[in-house]
Amino acid sequence: MNALSIQGLTKVYGNGVQALKGIDLSVEEGDFFALLGPNGAGKTTLIGIVTSLVRKTSGHASIFGHDIDDALEQAKSCIGVVPQEINFNQFESPETIVVNQAGFYGIPRALARARAEQYLKQLQLWDKRKHASRALSGGMKRRLMIARALMHEPRLLILDEPTAGVDIEVRRSMWEFLRAINQRGTTIILTTHYLEEAESLCRNIAIIDRGQIIARDRMSNLLRRLHTETFVLTLRAALAQPPPLAGYPVQLVDEHTLEVEISTEQNVNDLFARLSALGIEVISLRNKVNRLEEIFIRLVEKGAAA
Amino acid sequence: MNTVVASDTARPRALGRARWIGFVTILIREFQRIIRIWPQTILPSAVTATLYLVIFGSVIGRRIGTMDGIPYMLYIAPGLIMQAVIINSYNNVVSSFYGAKFGRHIEELLVSPLPSWIIVSGYVAGGVMRGAMVGVVVSAVWMFFTRLPVLHPTIIMAAAVLTSVTFSLGGFLNAMFARSFDQISIIPTFVLTPLIYFGGVFYSINTLPAWARHLSLVDPILYMVNSFRFGFLGVSDVGVWYAFAIMLVAVTVLFVAAVVLLDRSSGIRE
Repeated sequence: MNALSIQGLTKVYGNGVQALKGIDLSVEEGDFFALLGPNGAGKTTLIGIVTSLVRKTSGHASIFGHDIDDALEQAKSCIGVVPQEINFNQFESPETIVVNQAGFYGIPRALARARAEQYLKQLQLWDKRKHASRALSGGMKRRLMIARALMHEPRLLILDEPTAGVDIEVRRSMWEFLRAINQRGTTIILTTHYLEEAESLCRNIAIIDRGQIIARDRMSNLLRRLHTETFVLTLRAALAQPPPLAGYPVQLVDEHTLEVEISTEQNVNDLFARLSALGIEVISLRNKVNRLEEIFIRLVEKGAAA
Repeated sequence: MNTVVASDTARPRALGRARWIGFVTILIREFQRIIRIWPQTILPSAVTATLYLVIFGSVIGRRIGTMDGIPYMLYIAPGLIMQAVIINSYNNVVSSFYGAKFGRHIEELLVSPLPSWIIVSGYVAGGVMRGAMVGVVVSAVWMFFTRLPVLHPTIIMAAAVLTSVTFSLGGFLNAMFARSFDQISIIPTFVLTPLIYFGGVFYSINTLPAWARHLSLVDPILYMVNSFRFGFLGVSDVGVWYAFAIMLVAVTVLFVAAVVLLDRSSGIRE
């Protein structure tokens, strides 16, 4: 069964802006799905329609088979949403916020309190449960919104930029938490500007640009579309000029740093063999940019040119 | 992991229970808010009641003597209690709902499966709760200083609840349309307060010239204050059952309007 199924979804705002131009999209149950796109592409509008915060102009959307036009209450019961902007009452404590949110989904108060303890502990907020939430750090506020979204144990969790402005340590702990949630069966749809995050977490991906889906594939398939990658090599000995590596575009960034472009027909073994033959010792290797970032930029630029 | 609610809401009884829990949760949240900011929600009405008691009841009241055969201090008591109920019911809903809109935490409710009529009912119940809390405090202040009789407790309760519901719904509608904090203070200041003052709180409309008496009859608060006063003192300028009919119509029309507007999400959803 599809967790999310969308057909021909359009949205025209009152000011005439056409945010969505006939989106078709499906996300399978249990998936960890990335929805990427540049700012203003339509991601938040799409999520807004699915969560009923934005009214669609036309088209259909259903959550686990519950159409949002015919069975909105059932559809909403299946969704937990973590929005881009902070949207809890900052005068309330984290415990009050999550317990009340569970109540809005019909969870009895005793069960809500037990779940509040479970999720606030898992997200390292238990010590702050009685504090005014306005006093929490940015990362804690984001985690609080995740805890709130999980209180009714939704089958589909939608995260709109959940790690924006969060430091790398907290971000990585949130990734681990989300992986565990997904492994327990919750379908997750993630939008993010950190493409490393999407590449690390998600199995399937859609890229939206100017209100249209421009790519929809498995993450691994999409990454294979990348024909060339640029690697940055750190050298032990200083070089005065780029080494002669026929077939490999090479640039000497500084005397210890070499950038080499490798196509999918070539391989890193061959490159290392040649460097070794030239007596060049490589002490580290990394991608110049994230692979998903590279293909994302190419797809969006291609869309803009068209 | 699965959702109990998602599968359970297919069954009518479970759906009804989930909605009831949602309604109670809104009410609990409103109670928490009223208590959290009690110097803004409860205290001002107690202070105002005491001031009215001292100035209108004791100082001016002695010179006025009686109204409809009732000592003036007792005559104005029900109207002033009702004034506190009206203002607090209205203000609770308008400030809570607009605050939720402004702070965007209204989205917590909008993304939940609760239908609009439950959300409206929850906020209105919150307004009634604050109206009742303040009404009890103000009544206690008056009863401490005067011997205010209670002739028809059922009529008092019914009039207070219907009035409170009416103005809670009014506050909800105001908050739905408001685009700024200024717009939630305009109605209470320029509409509600004049209607209360001309609604027979301080006088019997029988003391007015005919044209003013006829004009007063279009003021809905006149019916609420007089039915409430009838419950305490047994005197009223209007027919009590007629007054209840007007209140029931007002509650019905405003409730339907609030639910329809929330369903259409005017000013909330894009």
